[in-house]
Amino acid sequence: MAQRIDVKDVNIYYGDFLAVEGVSMTIEPRSVTAFIGPSGCGKSTFIRTLNRMHEVIPGAYVDGSVELEGVDLYGPDVDPVAVRRNIGMVFQRPNPFPTMSIRDNVLAGVKLNNRRISKSDADDLVESSLRGANLWNEVKDRLEKPGSGLSGGQQQRLCIARTIAVKPQVVLMDEPCSALDPISTLAIEDLIQELKKDYTIVIVTHNMQQAARVSDRTAFFNIAGTGKPGKLIEMDDTATIFSSPSEQATEDYVSGRFG
Amino acid sequence: MTTTDSPQPTATPKGPVSRATARRRRSGDTERGFSRVFRWIATGAGSLILATLAAVALFLLLRAWPAITASDEEISSAVGRYPEGTSLLEFIGPLIFGTLLAAVLALALATPVAMGIGLFISHYAPRRLAQVLGYLVDLLAAIPSVVYGLWGFLVLAPVVKPIWFWLGDNLGWFPLFAGDVSATGKSLATVSVVLAVMILPIITAVSREVFLQTPKLHEEAALALGATRWEMIRTAVLPFGRSGVISAAMLGLGRALGETMAVLMIISPGFLIYSLQILAGAQHQTIAAYIALDFAEATGLAVNALIATGLALFLITMAVNMIARAIVARRKEFSGAN
Repeated sequence: MAQRIDVKDVNIYYGDFLAVEGVSMTIEPRSVTAFIGPSGCGKSTFIRTLNRMHEVIPGAYVDGSVELEGVDLYGPDVDPVAVRRNIGMVFQRPNPFPTMSIRDNVLAGVKLNNRRISKSDADDLVESSLRGANLWNEVKDRLEKPGSGLSGGQQQRLCIARTIAVKPQVVLMDEPCSALDPISTLAIEDLIQELKKDYTIVIVTHNMQQAARVSDRTAFFNIAGTGKPGKLIEMDDTATIFSSPSEQATEDYVSGRFG
Repeated sequence: MTTTDSPQPTATPKGPVSRATARRRRSGDTERGFSRVFRWIATGAGSLILATLAAVALFLLLRAWPAITASDEEISSAVGRYPEGTSLLEFIGPLIFGTLLAAVLALALATPVAMGIGLFISHYAPRRLAQVLGYLVDLLAAIPSVVYGLWGFLVLAPVVKPIWFWLGDNLGWFPLFAGDVSATGKSLATVSVVLAVMILPIITAVSREVFLQTPKLHEEAALALGATRWEMIRTAVLPFGRSGVISAAMLGLGRALGETMAVLMIISPGFLIYSLQILAGAQHQTIAAYIALDFAEATGLAVNALIATGLALFLITMAVNMIARAIVARRKEFSGAN
């Protein structure tokens, strides 16, 4: 249920514009890897290349290789749809489907591709996914109510439940707490600790304290200036990055001197 | 509510100006100058629509009244077209039926096509092609209905005739395709096809806009779950656009119900019968086409009878719009508006 990701020499383009340059890293299974860095440094762009969501934007493409357990996600006969089924994603703003009930939201991914599922299996899956997202007790009595009626933090946990319901190998989170209040943020951070037992977790965050709290490894991205490509400056154990990083730029960023 | 231009309490100058300011602040009124004028303009525009609607309804009611209260004999002798003793309801009923049948068929033909075009433009076509296509569809709306009538009569009718014969021969057991297929092709089926083409632009344009407004967030949510493009459209775009498409269809239905010229030019009219045989000639007539056909020669009570038919159309159109609103409102909770 958790697999490793190897990234080799990835360049990310929007049309002619080189957005992120020369990233290589290894993301270990059953761990939380955090991406930090100033705005515009390409960390969100980079996380989107890990499940080929980057390609949704017209003109965007990638060269280099991203391997999941040795299989190149950008190989010629790899279907991006299959990639995204294996590597789930949680977005910055909670985005439950507004026209669906809580229950249908959880089942949305499972019901894609006309996969048939019996009522009792569906019930079990809804319960286990919502329990997995620490949301079951709050919503078990109103599963047929619209997901958009929940609070922001609950909606984000609903999105996490929806993501883990399809049983992915990896869960990517793109600033999952940036639209949430501190209490909801804490709930999500606790949940991330739970999820890492079963999944490989990658999280982009603006909040350095959050990276320090939740992650095992931290990657620091930086950008030389406007119009220049973002780069991976260094990646190490979170404790090392926040205490004795090897690069001056990292030191400056984590100590709050810029960004 | 803005108080930026009110003086600070500590710096309040004495005199009449400060009293005026204080009064404004107390009443919560921040309008001055053109802001006030604009409020009148907006309110006036809003009231104008109500006044117009009331005026039309009043006109229809007052002028239809003599026909509604007249005896069957008076009516049938005033309107030469009908046999002795035909009641007003017997006139109007089949016309309402014909109008609804033509409009509903047109809607059934146009809506799926319009949604297809809308989705193609919003989610499939390359940007440049999408622009050109959007333009062309809008252009369809600019063609006058007389031209549609000519085209339907001279071009479409001969083209679709073989299809209608095939349907009549092979699917004649189906009530809609029963009866003798019109030898000229001037049947309600042909009218419906022309009406469908006429309402296509409005439905397409509105659906396209609605589909384009689907939040990127929801599209990406579907894609990130491993949805193909069609699945993404099904889970994110169509549910989001549902009420918009219904509104679009109702706009189209409104036009189809009221269309006069194209129907008048194509259909070979039939009166006083309720018939489902859309391929046969001389079976149907629509209200609008009927009024246009008879109005020039009508006098006295016959005019009142025509206006009564118009009143019926007015009521139908209103009912259609109210039903549409009810449909849209029914699942408001799930619309994403909250």
